[in-house]
Parts: sequence; C-alpha cells; structure tokens
Amino acid sequence: MEMLNNFIGLTLQLSVPIVLGALCGTIAERGGIILLGVEGIMLVGAFAGVLGSYATGWALAGVVLSLVLGGLIGWFYALFCLKWKAHQSVVGVGINLFASGITAVMLKAVWQTEGMSESVASIPNLTIPGLSGIPVLGALFKEQSPYLYAMFLIVAGVWVVFYKTKFGLRYRAMGDQPYAVQTAGVPVNRYRYTAMILAGSIAGLAGSYLSISQNNLFVTDMTAGRGFMGLAANIFGGWQPLGSMGAGMIFAIAQAARFYLTDLSIPSQFVQMLPYAVTLVVLLFVGKRVKGPEALGKLVD
Amino acid sequence: MKWICNKKTAEIGKSLAAIGLALVIGALFILLAGESPIRAYTSLIQGALGTPQSIANTISKSIPLAFTGLAVAMGSRCGMLNIGAEGQLHAGAMASVITALTLGSLPAPILLVVSILAGILAGMAVGSVPGIFKARFSTNEVIVAIMLNYICTLFTSYLVNGPFKTEGSTAQTELIAEGIWFGRLLPRTQLTYALFLLIFIAAAMYVFLWKTSVGYQLRAVGANPSAAGTAGIRVNLFLIMSMTLSGGIAAMAGITEVFGKYHRFIEGFSPSFGFTGIAVAILGRNHPAGVLLTALLFGIMDMGSLRMSRETMVSTNMVIVIQSLVILLVAAPELIKWSRKRG
Repeated sequence: MEMLNNFIGLTLQLSVPIVLGALCGTIAERGGIILLGVEGIMLVGAFAGVLGSYATGWALAGVVLSLVLGGLIGWFYALFCLKWKAHQSVVGVGINLFASGITAVMLKAVWQTEGMSESVASIPNLTIPGLSGIPVLGALFKEQSPYLYAMFLIVAGVWVVFYKTKFGLRYRAMGDQPYAVQTAGVPVNRYRYTAMILAGSIAGLAGSYLSISQNNLFVTDMTAGRGFMGLAANIFGGWQPLGSMGAGMIFAIAQAARFYLTDLSIPSQFVQMLPYAVTLVVLLFVGKRVKGPEALGKLVD
Repeated sequence: MKWICNKKTAEIGKSLAAIGLALVIGALFILLAGESPIRAYTSLIQGALGTPQSIANTISKSIPLAFTGLAVAMGSRCGMLNIGAEGQLHAGAMASVITALTLGSLPAPILLVVSILAGILAGMAVGSVPGIFKARFSTNEVIVAIMLNYICTLFTSYLVNGPFKTEGSTAQTELIAEGIWFGRLLPRTQLTYALFLLIFIAAAMYVFLWKTSVGYQLRAVGANPSAAGTAGIRVNLFLIMSMTLSGGIAAMAGITEVFGKYHRFIEGFSPSFGFTGIAVAILGRNHPAGVLLTALLFGIMDMGSLRMSRETMVSTNMVIVIQSLVILLVAAPELIKWSRKRG
C-alpha cells in the first residue's frame, strides 16, 4: 500500500511537465499552428524560474518570470509563423536550438559556471493534513507541488474555454477551416496570437516547475525531451485537453515505472521508448482516422 | 536566363543578410554577457583558421554537418522536412559498427565497404518510415520523424549499454579493427578520407537532382505536388524515395564520425548534428554547393568557439545561439523584406 501510494505520488510529480507540454501542443495545433518549440520554451521557462528566484530571493518571482518569458517567446513564435510566414516546423527547431544555446550562455554570464546554476529559493511542496491519509487518493495531497493543482486548474480552464465558450468554438474551427472562419468575420490571426501567447506561458510554467519546484537549480538542457513527449501525448490524446492530460498521465506512469522496475530485466531504454513507440503505433493503426486538425500549418492573410 | 541569375543572387543575398544579422544579434548577446564582441569574434576566427592543423580540424568538424545538411536538403527538394536525421545517423553509426565488429574476419577492404553499406541501409530504413506514413496516411512527416529520433537514440543507447558494451564505465562499444579506420589527411588532426566521401556524395546528389529525369520528377513533386500528380508523376513514390535517400545520407554523418574519429560507437557522440543539419540546409538553400559552404561556416564557428570560450567569458554555446538565429532569420522570408521596408 505504501509502495502504491509512493508510486502514484511519483507519477503525479512526473506528469506535470508532460501534461502541461501536451496542453501547449493541443492549444496551438487546434488553432492550426504546429508548435514544435514546446521543448525550447520549457527550457527558457526553467531558466527564467531560477533567474527570477535568484534575483529577488523570492521563488514566486521566478514563476512569474517563467510565465512572462514563455508568453513572450510564444508571441515571437506567432510573429514568425503568422506575420513573417516562416515554415512552422523550422521555427520550432530554431527556437529549440536557440533555447538550448541562450540558456547555457546566460548561465555562464550570470553564475560564471557551465552545467548548473547555484541553488535558489524554491516553491515548497504541500501536504494537506487529513486528506493525505486517504488510501490511494491520498497521494494527491501528500508532498505535492502547488504546480500539480495549478495543472488541473489549467486543464479544466482550457477545456471550458474550448468547449463552453464562443471563443473556443471559433478557435477550434480555425484549426480545420481557417478561411471559412475568416469569411465569417472572425479575426483569425488575433485569436491565434492570443492562443500562442497562452501556450507559451504554459510551456514556460512547465519549465519553472522542473527548475524551482522539483529542483532548486537550473541544469543545462534539463527539460530532456519532456516537451517532445508532451507533443506525443497531445497526439495520443487526440488533440483534446482531457485526452492530453490522460495521455500525459499514462506516459508519466511509464516514466515512474523506471524507478520501480530496476530489478526486472527490462532495460530502462525500452521503458523510456514507450511513449514514442505507442504514439507511432497509434498513428500507424488508426491512420487516417486520427482526427488531427485539418488545417495544420495553413495561414490566412 | 537573366531572371534565373537574379533569383539566384537574391537567394544568396538573403542567406548572407541572415548570417550578418545573426552575427549582429549574437554580438548584442555577447555585450549583454559583459564581453567585447570584437574580441570574442577575433579569437573565434583565430581558433578556427589560425594554423593548418586548426583549419583541418575545422573542415573535419564541418563534415557531419554537411552530411546532415545534404540529407535535409534531399528531403526538402521533395517537400519533405527530414527532422529525423539525428535518429538516422545514430542508426547508421550503430549498424556499421556492429557489422564491423561481427564480421571482423573479412578482409579489410570488403569489411569496410560492407560496414558502410550496412550503416547506409539502416539509415535508409529509418528514413523511409516517415515517407511511408506520409504517403499512406498523410501523417505529418515531422511528427513521425521526432518519434523515430527518440526510438533510435534510445535503442542505440540500449545496445551500447547492454549487449555491445565494452569493459569499463563509459557507454561505448569495442574498437573496430584498425585496418578499416579512415586514414588521416594531415597528421595530428581529425581530418580523414571522409572528406572525399562527402564531396563524392554531394556531387552525386547534384547530378541526380539536376541531371537525371528521376531527380527532375522528385523536384517537381517538391515544387508542387498536385501539379506533379496531374502530370502523371507518382507523388507518393517520390515522397518515400526522397526520405529514404535522405536517411541514407544522414547515416553517413554517423558512419564517418565513427570510422574517422572514434573508431567505436560512443553514447552521445552527436551534439545534435541532425538538427543543426536543418539550419545548414536552409542556409545553403537546399543546394549541395550551398550546403558544403554553410557546413564549413558552421564548422568554423564550432571549432573557433573552443578558443573563444577559453579566452573570453563567452560560452561555446554562443555558437548555437548564432546558428539558431540563422535558422529563424532564413526561415522567415517575409522578415527580411519587412525590415527592409522599415529601414
């Protein structure tokens, strides 16, 4: 029982960046923009978190900075894709490389070291007395980061906006039929800019979770593929907020299993491979029936 | 004819403008980091081109980037973005090393050829997958290739940490037989015969794309798939073909690193050559000659950055920043037009 609780707790911890990353993919792609840059924005967010906390001594400042810088990159991303008509996947590659380079350069500039930053103030984990004693569900309330609760709120918020508001209806229509939506008089690009800034902020937040909630320092390339795993989860979850969360949780279980399967003869690489292999198989077997946005990458003037 | 020349000059002009702008923005970041951009760039150039040895090492650093650049260019000519070169070069390097280790009893020249071919075949096999997915299910080739990148790097990581791991703590295979190492062109440098392989493949690619009818059809698909389809070209076949060829060329990046530099497979030997290859291809305008020149430029940056980081407080990673800025600037054709209108 103790082990099950620990396992669930660990899964929840590992799920936060994957679910948030998946959600970024969902937000951008349902509006028709391919966001390969989640990984890079997350990395900048991780750095921003530590930088903000280091500069002020106040971890919350790091969280705010990660939101702001993430949103800023999301806006730039949209500028490149929408205004300057860049190839969207190429922009993603560029942003990811840029993030990897600039965070290492700034790390050396600020702390005069390579590899990792100094320790900074971090966001403390919460244990809710009483609730944490419940079997199984108690893991939700025991030694968990406030980010976990924020994650649930954000997923719920995106779900509500997507399916319960006029904004969401129009926005989702843009991913399939941007010209039709534009003809109906909706300012497609304004919606897309808004969504990309939001997606960028969420990716930034996911990054600061890694650096100032799970850890208390920045390590170069510390996102280690979580952004891409999020994108895979977005596809596996069918480009939907709740699906993204579910898929992110499943991938997190696979990640958590690595810590418990050390005695078994399954090499850890195969467990790590699982999310990507599963996503490929989904694309293979479901083929054309995968309901991705039809107008991915299509621009309007 | 004159129009074609003008268009070519404009393309080259755009690439040069992007490099210039990236260097200027890079200089701003260096200032922000509290260093003199002139001092940083001077030590970069000295480090890359100061002595014959450093020039040879610069060229050797640019070889894997040229291979991945050619690979991405091959895909792009057919309208496919091969973001999977990283996985393909891992697969190619591992397959060639395993072949060289297991068939060690063969005579050296045959073993060398067989190992290289095995590596190329592995790269082609991995490269074909996004092409097949695109042709069969119209799945975005980028997404499939990203999944394959992780699957390939993790699978080779399993092999080099498991069945093929040599004694010791480092994740690496046994050395391959010394008889099949690529010979050095200049002693005490890393420049090997890999250079000739590169030039041969770049030339072959040029001839294939511009001097054969199959290559013409491939480019026609890239220029306008629906028009090509209407003209009777089997579009799906070319999508798969271009990605398969691209995968084979990408594999050469891994194979030449293994046979020329490390003589074994070492985990993490590629500092994301595959992704940098995308920058090389874009800046080189998807033309073999442009790719070779761009790869050389990137090689200069990579080699020179070592000295720059020794002599100044600027991290070697500054080079990655400049390269990423180049990608972003070249990828956005409207940006340069837009800034010209403003300026």
